[in-house]
Amino acid sequence: MQSNQPMARRQGHFAILARAALAEVEAVLADAPAIPPFTVLKQPETGTIMVEGRAGGGGRRFNLGEATMTRCAIRLEDGTLGFSYALGRDMAKARKAAVLDALLQNEPPEGPMHRAMHRLAEHQKQAREEASRKAAATKVEFFTMVRGEG
Amino acid sequence: MHEQNARLPKAGPAEAPFNPGIGFSDPVFQSQAAFRSILAALSEPGTIHDLGPFAPCPAGLQPATAILLLTLADYETPVWMPEALESGEAGIWLRFHCGAPSATPDKAAFAINTAGHSFPGLNAFNPGNELYPDRSTTLILQIDNLTGGETLDLEGPGIPGTRRIAPRGLPAGFAVEWARNTRLYPLGVDIVLVAGSRILGLPRTTRMPAPDPRP
Repeated sequence: MQSNQPMARRQGHFAILARAALAEVEAVLADAPAIPPFTVLKQPETGTIMVEGRAGGGGRRFNLGEATMTRCAIRLEDGTLGFSYALGRDMAKARKAAVLDALLQNEPPEGPMHRAMHRLAEHQKQAREEASRKAAATKVEFFTMVRGEG
Repeated sequence: MHEQNARLPKAGPAEAPFNPGIGFSDPVFQSQAAFRSILAALSEPGTIHDLGPFAPCPAGLQPATAILLLTLADYETPVWMPEALESGEAGIWLRFHCGAPSATPDKAAFAINTAGHSFPGLNAFNPGNELYPDRSTTLILQIDNLTGGETLDLEGPGIPGTRRIAPRGLPAGFAVEWARNTRLYPLGVDIVLVAGSRILGLPRTTRMPAPDPRP
């Protein structure tokens, strides 16, 4: 159970990086003291994944459709591996996000890159809330009138 | 989802560093070029084709074997290789870069064998079936050298007259096994001989006529 916390943190990073734009990934990388040399194990490659949905949000699973995604894997000289998976076809972002994943594993949680990631997460959260607020404002409640019987 | 997480390589000093090795640096063009060479090798049996360098190669695999697998193997092609390779660098590399599952010889789409490892014999592999003869095993046989060995004459489709090859390091009794394999036509396994970065194709249609009657 001891290894769960770094694992959970890394999963959080994957999620943030998957949603981030190239410029945002670059902004976090700019907080790294230096980008060490690395080997690209798996060049950025684009493929499709099946996106699953649930009927009504909580019902049976069904295949919604395929989505384009890009992934990449790199290795730092000390052996740390970095991965990235994200929707879309941005190969430059996939490569930089994989480097960032590796660097984040080597940085203590209070380091500058972690702080930048935290800011990015906050930013994404606000954008999401803003979007759902706008969507909620257009919500229409449907109901059925019961015909009175006498 | 949890199963997948369990398979994620763990970062940490306690574990031996997980090193999956490298793949193609330019996947599209390198796999296209390799595919063209493999096609040529199998359509003109006995001709030697160079797939170019590949380094660093996972332990136990020759450069051409690695290129061949990166080009042809994927999650739909089960691969068999000797236990020593399967449990070592080669197995990890194959899983990471090709996503190919491992299989027993009779279920494998590709099989790898090296001189020095025990050879299960050609009839241990999948010859395909009458409806789908193409579902047979393609055996990648890593040998010492494609030249400089005992001469063998080949004939069959893709060969004008006969073509002479001299691979060195074939498993003992190979000619007899190959004759049995060609008799299975349209079933049977196909072989790609590999030495270093070079390959030589032996599809099931290629016959090795018996040499002069033995004294």
